[in-house]
Amino acid sequence: MYSKGLAPLAAATVVTITAAFAMVFFYAPNDADQGFIQKIFYVHVPMAIVALGGFVAGGVFAIRHLRSGDPSWDLRSYVAIHMSIILGVGVLITGAIWAKASWGHWWVWDEPVLVSFLVVFLLYCVYYPLRFSIEDPGRQARYSSVFAITAGAFVPLNFAAVRMAESFTHPRVLSQTGGSMPGDMRLTFLVALLGMTLLFVTLWKLELTAKHASMQLKRMRNRARVAA
Amino acid sequence: MPALPLDEAGKYVAGAYVVFLALILIYVAIIGAKIARIDREISELAGEDEE
Repeated sequence: MYSKGLAPLAAATVVTITAAFAMVFFYAPNDADQGFIQKIFYVHVPMAIVALGGFVAGGVFAIRHLRSGDPSWDLRSYVAIHMSIILGVGVLITGAIWAKASWGHWWVWDEPVLVSFLVVFLLYCVYYPLRFSIEDPGRQARYSSVFAITAGAFVPLNFAAVRMAESFTHPRVLSQTGGSMPGDMRLTFLVALLGMTLLFVTLWKLELTAKHASMQLKRMRNRARVAA
Repeated sequence: MPALPLDEAGKYVAGAYVVFLALILIYVAIIGAKIARIDREISELAGEDEE
């Protein structure tokens, strides 16, 4: 059911990410201001964008669950949020490494982009105790969906608020006018973003497949127990 | 702040990419182990069914 097209998707992911990393180190020039350290941008920013997109997707799947009552949408929502949390850990660690190299500190509390991402990440960390503190599967799915929708709506609001905030420290490399990135850097970034998106979808489908198989196994066991 | 020299910046860049790859590899290993366990349990269940 969920594993359809997984093998070609995984192959496309490997090819795209390999191409992206090759472009990062052999094609994209060093940044005039930050030098070689700016290469972290190509893994950190796509990971952050895809993680935030995954949180929003979790909210959209949750809406479909509440509208249809189909538990498979709740599963899709849960796995999307789970994947985004994992990428979020990567965003926070790579961001801290970049901050240490650029600013001399692992974390800067007065930087709105960093702190807002941490707020979103911590908000979604609440999803797990909320979800697994409810035993009844129907209620669990409904309450989790309500949380996913509310938190999912908060993500773009948070993003807009940070965009409106003035900052002198965090580089503003992406904007409506294309930002300050030259063409070869932008192309590398777009390939990295595509690779990260494919990676997210591949791992999302892989986890859905594993969870679906696990649920089917449980059902088979129960049937075997009843038959015995 | 001026750009870090290549030998110093290289450590940070390598660190960031290693974190990303390690995260993905650990995740894939966990899911792989989970799928292998499910596969084994299905085989056991099928074996019990045949008996």
